[in-house]
Amino acid sequence: MSRLATLSGNARRDLAFAALTLALFLAVTFAFPGFAAPRNLAGLLDDTAILIMLALGQMLVILVRGIDLSIAANLALCGMLAAVFDRAWPGMGVAPVLALTLVSGTLLGAVNGLLVWKLRLPPIVVTLGTMSIYRGAIYLLSRGAWINENEMSREFLAFPRSEFLGLTLLSWLAIAVAALFMVALRRSRVARDLYAAGGNPEAANYSGIDAGRMQFIAYSVCGAIAGLCGYLWVARFAVAYTDIALGFELSVIAACLIGGVAIAGGVGSAVGVVLGCLFIGIIRSSLPLVGISAFWQMFINGVVILVAVLLSARQRQFKRTILEVRA
Amino acid sequence: MKPAVLLRWESMLAVVLVFEFVLFSSLSPYFLNVDTLSDATFNFTERAIVALPLALLIIAGEIDISVAAIIALASVAMGLASAHGMGTPAIASVGLGTGLLAGCINGALVTLGRVPSIVATIGTMTLFRGAAYAVLGDRVLKDYPETFATFGQGYLVGPISIELALFALFAISFGVFLHRTRWGRTIFAIGANPVASRFAGVAVNQYRFALFALTGLFSGLAAVLLTSRLGSTRPSIAQGWELEIISMVILGGVSVWGGKGSIAGVVLAALVFGLVTFGLGLMNIPGIVMSIFTGALLILVVAVPALMNRAHGNQR
Repeated sequence: MSRLATLSGNARRDLAFAALTLALFLAVTFAFPGFAAPRNLAGLLDDTAILIMLALGQMLVILVRGIDLSIAANLALCGMLAAVFDRAWPGMGVAPVLALTLVSGTLLGAVNGLLVWKLRLPPIVVTLGTMSIYRGAIYLLSRGAWINENEMSREFLAFPRSEFLGLTLLSWLAIAVAALFMVALRRSRVARDLYAAGGNPEAANYSGIDAGRMQFIAYSVCGAIAGLCGYLWVARFAVAYTDIALGFELSVIAACLIGGVAIAGGVGSAVGVVLGCLFIGIIRSSLPLVGISAFWQMFINGVVILVAVLLSARQRQFKRTILEVRA
Repeated sequence: MKPAVLLRWESMLAVVLVFEFVLFSSLSPYFLNVDTLSDATFNFTERAIVALPLALLIIAGEIDISVAAIIALASVAMGLASAHGMGTPAIASVGLGTGLLAGCINGALVTLGRVPSIVATIGTMTLFRGAAYAVLGDRVLKDYPETFATFGQGYLVGPISIELALFALFAISFGVFLHRTRWGRTIFAIGANPVASRFAGVAVNQYRFALFALTGLFSGLAAVLLTSRLGSTRPSIAQGWELEIISMVILGGVSVWGGKGSIAGVVLAALVFGLVTFGLGLMNIPGIVMSIFTGALLILVVAVPALMNRAHGNQR
């Protein structure tokens, strides 16, 4: 009953946020008609694609009351792994690289999941720790050196950039992942269990859902996405080094918060997260048009996050006060 | 049981510390030297000064991820104040004031806005660091008056730097405050069970607000010391420090679930941290390799008690 109420409340929030994003888009287009040009929009999607995929993965983890601070370090480590693999065996094509990054990303995510599930360690400490470890591992793997464009094979570089119907393959991947999430989160049993485990772990346990196992699954899926994005990132920017995507985990978490994912768990939707990412993307690409320095991006993100979490904190107050006593 | 475990944790840290001393002095002939050791303290004093109030905040069951961003914002504010021709005392006051104000914003978000502290401070971290970037861009501020360098570069007596003296002073004050006063007991109570504390008549939100403000103020102080030591301000100043400071606190035996911890543990952890950084530097090992050890240690610190609980039978 109460979950039905949350779901419809969620849908209402997504609708309102979609209207807001559309209004922002129209305002920018009104001032700068060139903004809505197909080429520009395709570029915007291409710029936002990796953020969208990562934010969807992060959402799963936050849904089950976790947080993955190691997501960007995981990305960077898998990206370096992909680059090293490609340098060693340049003729192998893209398929083994994709498989390698997906597997290694899943494993790195599963480490987080196992520690949280089996030892019941606090997610923030676990992923803070693995973040340092994964970053350090990149240094050991690369010995601190950069892998540049001229050391990467042509197929390796071309894969995310190749165009199909006017959009890059990277954009299509993001669309595919987003579509998969939208359907799976509404229709699949695992997803319903995820929401249940995040919304109320004890009640979920009583109804036969292992909340810890759900956390493990969420971390593993998030890791797989991070691994895949590692290759995409390295290929798109044509360089791999120890510090790629440094601090990007916070942008990803910010996108989730803006998209209406509640840090307390159990609340969030794929549509909201994608909208959150697009919202950030629109602001980012319109800043230079308005003549505001790109250095303002972070500040604006901060304002948006705070407004978003303040609004959702107010909403939650009405809904949860009956169930949970707060000091 | 509880004090015994705590005691064991702190003595473990002390053993690690002694081990480090022996290891580094056997590895490098330059290590056991008063001037070298005095230099080594600069590796941790600024971070450790923020770790003290943050330990209180974490014991009270909250967290502040924005501390490093507050340092950056306060440093930028000081740089601007200096560019407007203010004197050293005024510049330092601007730094402390900015920190205090930023801490109050965090406190207000958590108490009045009812936003969970991790989310609130992720937001303000982006906001404060973003403000530092928005104001400075890629510029550098470095026109500080000569006397301003005293805070971060000066010495009190002999080899004891002002930074170290300040840290020692505050470590003792925080230790007495947390472990010997009613307010300290109340902080433990809030962390152990905020709802019960509220029912017992504790003004939980006032404590929370005060602790956030205090953490902000000390981040401002760290900004004064760091800016004074470096003599320049970039918006990327103290980047990533929040994680190092939080690691220091957790390594010191403070429970992330709240309600447990001691200042002695945090001080020992700070010393261990500073010595490791310095020792690895002596041996030309890059800091990023050290981060593997820190990360593993961090997980180990929380995993060991969890494993022990498991061995002693189920807790839940």
